[in-house]
Amino acid sequence: MTEQTQHKREPNYLEYRGKYSGIMGWLTSTDHKRIGLMYFYAMMTFFLSGVVMGLLMKLELIAPGEQLMGAQTYNGLFTVHGLTMIFLFVIPGVAAVFGNLFMPIMIGAKDVSFPRLNLFSWYLYMIGAVIVLSSQFMGDGPPDTGWTFYAPYSLKTQTNVVAAVTGAFILGFSSILTGLNFIVTMHRLRAPGMGWMRMPLFCWTLYGTGWIQLLATPVVGITFLMVIAERMLGIGFFDPAIGGDPILYQHLFWIYSHPAVYIMILPAMGAITEIVITFSRKTVFGYSAMVISSMAIAFVGYFVWGHHMYTSGMSTTARWVFSFITFLVAIPSAIKVFNWTATLYKGSINMQTPFFWAMGFIFVFMIGGFSGLVLGSLATDIHVHDTAFVVAHFHYIVFGGTGFAFFAALHYWYPKIYGKIYNGKIANIGLIIFFTGFNVLYFPMFILGIMGMPRRYYDYLEQFHSLNIVSTVGSWIMATGLIIVIVNLLRARRGSGKEIDNPWDGRTLEWQIASPPILENFEEIPVVDHEPYDYK
Amino acid sequence: METTATHHADMHRDDDASKIGMWLFIFTEILLFGGLFIVYSVYRFRNPVAFHIAHEELSITMGLINTIILLISSATVAISISAIQKNDRKISMMMLGLTLLFALIFLVNKYFEWGAKFEHGMYPGSDLMTMLSHGDMLFFSLYFFMTGLHAVHIIVGMILLSVSLFKVRSGAIHSTRFVLLENSGLYWHLVDLIWIFLFPLFYLIH
Amino acid sequence: MSKDNHHHIVEYRNHILVLALLIALTVITVAITSVELGPYNTAAAMVIASIKAAIVLLYFMHLRFDQKIYRFMATIVILIFMAVIVVTFFDYLYR
Repeated sequence: MTEQTQHKREPNYLEYRGKYSGIMGWLTSTDHKRIGLMYFYAMMTFFLSGVVMGLLMKLELIAPGEQLMGAQTYNGLFTVHGLTMIFLFVIPGVAAVFGNLFMPIMIGAKDVSFPRLNLFSWYLYMIGAVIVLSSQFMGDGPPDTGWTFYAPYSLKTQTNVVAAVTGAFILGFSSILTGLNFIVTMHRLRAPGMGWMRMPLFCWTLYGTGWIQLLATPVVGITFLMVIAERMLGIGFFDPAIGGDPILYQHLFWIYSHPAVYIMILPAMGAITEIVITFSRKTVFGYSAMVISSMAIAFVGYFVWGHHMYTSGMSTTARWVFSFITFLVAIPSAIKVFNWTATLYKGSINMQTPFFWAMGFIFVFMIGGFSGLVLGSLATDIHVHDTAFVVAHFHYIVFGGTGFAFFAALHYWYPKIYGKIYNGKIANIGLIIFFTGFNVLYFPMFILGIMGMPRRYYDYLEQFHSLNIVSTVGSWIMATGLIIVIVNLLRARRGSGKEIDNPWDGRTLEWQIASPPILENFEEIPVVDHEPYDYK
Repeated sequence: METTATHHADMHRDDDASKIGMWLFIFTEILLFGGLFIVYSVYRFRNPVAFHIAHEELSITMGLINTIILLISSATVAISISAIQKNDRKISMMMLGLTLLFALIFLVNKYFEWGAKFEHGMYPGSDLMTMLSHGDMLFFSLYFFMTGLHAVHIIVGMILLSVSLFKVRSGAIHSTRFVLLENSGLYWHLVDLIWIFLFPLFYLIH
Repeated sequence: MSKDNHHHIVEYRNHILVLALLIALTVITVAITSVELGPYNTAAAMVIASIKAAIVLLYFMHLRFDQKIYRFMATIVILIFMAVIVVTFFDYLYR
């Protein structure tokens, strides 16, 4: 490879000039890498606006009573914060960005199976995003239902629910098409010699994710259509005043939205797996166990939706059934954590920024997972239901899980994406500050929740004051860390770091080609004759 | 292994990929209607009597005719695909034309069926509908929504079949390259599949 | 391997036979629901509808002749959907 670098390279995908140049060259490109980067830039914009909304909410909560905003503004803010972060950042997140950028390369393909469909998905994503975000500003005020749009309130409120729901529906469509594209690609375009059991584990997690996207998203799609029909056409499905059952809405919503948690976390786990392996310089412990656990998470995760509804008035039988299945899904998740640990054991660990992010992921994800057990078991859930405990739990899982994995993956693949290396020291400092801020921000919310502080209010009782101050200060620390991390990466992009093809001694296919990759990835399609991680 | 290798030689033509893609899309559609079937079954379970009485407003004959029309149209699409494989373009086009005709008849029937309801003042948002008892309201909401969504799928299917017909005529679809026709056919069978369940659920409640 | 399957051509006659079978089943459904069988009416209607759906999937949609992978995927999807209904009814049956 190093020899090849000496030769004059084909223009890489960042510089390549097709039919159009400049911005049009990107907006019309069907190259999976460019589409991945377009997702990345869009997503970072939405993510940062979501962060600003989060910071504003935390600022409001620094003291009891009205600080910055009243109840209605706060309700709109947590709704749009939720919508932005869930539908625009974490659900597409790792899969749309790093899946698009690297999955085809990792299986030795030139592109995905349907490149134009891939670009179309991106446009759908952008259209959906614009509609969701504009619901904040247009019509009769931002939706104030929370991102869950629970009936019957979502049918009654005068705010702009229809726009937000339509946007979410379109985003769902985009997600389905991406999943479909990935599944077909992995079925059809694996390089010669790359059997199913030689696929890198990141690809396997994307495969499981694709199936969840295909089978779960349409259920919420139809539910959203029904909400729209109920609001616009005057027919009835969920409004109890006309005989509907609001709990059925919750069933349908969570039939998608719980598996959506696995759409977020599975690719994140996949990226972490790649990082743990590469930085242990050791082959993965239990490859097939990892594959099976990925698919098992995808499968079992489909049947646990009811644990969001323990206090909704569901039957007792349904409650214990859901509680039982919920505990089952902990098994494959735990297999993953054990396998990561076993992979680290006796590895020659390479202490670099992506590795630290991965360790941060495992730490916060464990806290998130254990607090999930508290919520998954019936008795304890009744106590902490709808309190700050829940908020802390899902931020540890969703932000601590997917968010950390996203940044881990970004630091891991950054040299491949841009062909430049960032300043590792500053990156580590940023990570430490971010990590500290994260825990200072969210951990007090566990305690607040157990003390009984309800979520989704702009105001609270005086007894919760001191911990809320801690939490708000944590949000500032975390924001500082985030700024350091991002500025460091931006500087590396502009800087003149030397080009480097394989900085971490990675063994999967994307590290065997030039950085940044050329237009169709490979000068010639590789023939695979060994397992994906052939250390020692 | 060999298939993947041959297939790289011709990146832009992969019929199997298109077909897997179509099947995956069909699975998505199944779950889309699946959500509605869940809603239907829950509400019917909770309002058995109201659903039974409300369904008597629907005409079994109309439903039966439409069912048979859709079944025949499914068979004609299937024959059309067999014909193109045998390189018999004429029969293939004729069968596609027949399918489109049947689809149109289905929609016309639907139009009269819905039209009769509308004439009696029964349409989404009408005074009559909002005055209905709980179970009836749910039944007719589901009836309009599910058959309406199904009709939308009929129209999409007709567009796909028309494009296929056009391409068979121009020769772009032929005996070794017919995946577009095959996929349009799959989509049409899906529309039929859904109706197979809608018919007994709405017209034949006992 | 996949190329061979593409050449499987179903005869016109077979399509017509399948169609006749489907129409017969439809008529039987209508007949059954017009006699009194209590709770079994709905069950019978759904069983026949499922048989019809299976016939459409296997013959018109070529699952019987295509690669196994399609049959496998379709089966899994249908099973998952049925499981979702069952799990949902843990709520409604026992409420």
